[in-house]
Amino acid sequence: MTEIRGFYTLWLREIKRFLRDRTRLVSMFIQPLLWLVIFGAGFGIRFAIPGLSYQQVIFPGIVGQTLLFTSMFMGISVLWDKEFGFMKEILVSPVSRFTIFLGKMVGDSTSSFLQGIIVFIVGIAIGVSIDPVTVIYALPIMMLITFGLVSIGLTIASLIGTLESFGAIQTFINLPLFFLSGALFPLKGPGITLPSWLTTVAAWNPLTYGVDALRNVILGASWTPQLQIQPLWTDIGLVCLFDLIMIAIGTWAFSRMK
Amino acid sequence: MSHVIETHQLTKTYGLLKAVDKLDITVESGEIFGLLGPNGAGKTTTISMLCTILKPTSGTATVNGFDIVKEPNKVRKSIGIVFQEPSIDDRLTGKENLYMHANLYGVPASVQKERINRILKLVELEDRADDLLRTYSGGMRRRLEIGRGLIHYPKVLFLDEPTVGLDPQTRDHIWKYIKQLKEAEDITVVLTTHYMDEADRLSDRIAIMDHGKIVILGSPPKLKETLEGDVVAVKANNIDALSELVTKRLGLEKKQIVDDALEITVRNGKAVMPRIMELATQNNIYVESIVLREPNLEDVFLFYTGKSIREDSGKELHGMAAIQRRSIK
Repeated sequence: MTEIRGFYTLWLREIKRFLRDRTRLVSMFIQPLLWLVIFGAGFGIRFAIPGLSYQQVIFPGIVGQTLLFTSMFMGISVLWDKEFGFMKEILVSPVSRFTIFLGKMVGDSTSSFLQGIIVFIVGIAIGVSIDPVTVIYALPIMMLITFGLVSIGLTIASLIGTLESFGAIQTFINLPLFFLSGALFPLKGPGITLPSWLTTVAAWNPLTYGVDALRNVILGASWTPQLQIQPLWTDIGLVCLFDLIMIAIGTWAFSRMK
Repeated sequence: MSHVIETHQLTKTYGLLKAVDKLDITVESGEIFGLLGPNGAGKTTTISMLCTILKPTSGTATVNGFDIVKEPNKVRKSIGIVFQEPSIDDRLTGKENLYMHANLYGVPASVQKERINRILKLVELEDRADDLLRTYSGGMRRRLEIGRGLIHYPKVLFLDEPTVGLDPQTRDHIWKYIKQLKEAEDITVVLTTHYMDEADRLSDRIAIMDHGKIVILGSPPKLKETLEGDVVAVKANNIDALSELVTKRLGLEKKQIVDDALEITVRNGKAVMPRIMELATQNNIYVESIVLREPNLEDVFLFYTGKSIREDSGKELHGMAAIQRRSIK
């Protein structure tokens, strides 16, 4: 019972902190807007796929990208808590480290998930043609994607001492994960030939399957089996596997923290 | 009276450094127990071990009957901790911080509201309870932290340097709260401090700590009595020369320089004063003033350790004490 209430209170705290951060809320609207408008409109011609506009193709990718960037950034909450001493209050409490990690992780995931929803709002507002019903299917997948990614951010932050090195490492991980996930271009399909190293790396990138799962549900039948990396349920299975591995690593990292 | 805390040869070493060296202390139920010593004496290390934040290198202790090595979770549930550094969330309100603590420590939901309101009243923060912590002053934050440490009804409250960095007025306030608290809550308080006046005013018993060991332990008045002496404070134009002379010619070694005055602890101040005057005159040292006073805790510390407790104590080592220290290093 103590563990459940501990989890709840830690989860609630992350969300409250997130919603009280006005600057972050504003910037949340602007970033996906830039990607969709500038990238979607300007660079699309080369990757034209029959029946789909480039904007439609990259839209799930931009959702994935937002989840990636915001989730990784959440690691900063660990650094702030260390800096301002609040981590001590949590760590000395009788709540287990697993619960502490889980509370923080799910709380940050929820915040990141909310940012993902904003991408949908922005997308619909600027006229990307998506079926609003697909949003419902996309939500649980988005949540699953954030678990693993937030866990990476929290793990790195708990192992690394300073804000500066966290920033450097974060960029180092973010950009390859993003560019090699197929977020901005399809990784396979008729007439698409990519260097084999790229497809190999992409196959090991968890975000690849997250983005593919999102495309499967958002683009529906237009995202044909020729374009799919994996069938929907395989995508989801792989994302879950990634989540479980990262939760285990994250719990280990938190249990080392003093 | 029963022992709330017992330590048995409690030791913590960092490499060659013995931060806490075979500590054997007992804290009795219902007392305010002060750990006094300069920075780096091992006070925080001791408290951290008792709070199960640090694992002892050897030895152990019991807190509320629970072993700190074998039953850390039970220890944690039965104690409250106020850290030296602030540890509250400034993006949450006062009330939210308290609720969070109550949930982390498993306080039943049915009693949370009532307890939190009571605590807010006790630390006089009712009217600011719904404000974000970032709008609180340093003293208010400290009060909230002390109050927070009480929400799960701990039997022992650990306060690590409770008033460090606060202005004198606020310190006075906090002292009042701690005293009141002890009366109202029937709780044992263990506090560390490097402020003499804090230890003197709050503690029922004080353990003076230096280099990881207890130098002496007793109630403040008793500690002062043990000095069996007076403090002679001399102001002169060449204080260093005079300091050397009193040691060389009069054999007085318990001394330190505080605010341009040479303070010497002696058995019989009245008899020593004329000798010091003589010595000064013979050596052409002009004495501006010479005062005889009762010893305070600072003098007690000086007497038992041969050095001052002040933060920059390194500078204030003189005479034999300094030579001894240097040879140790």
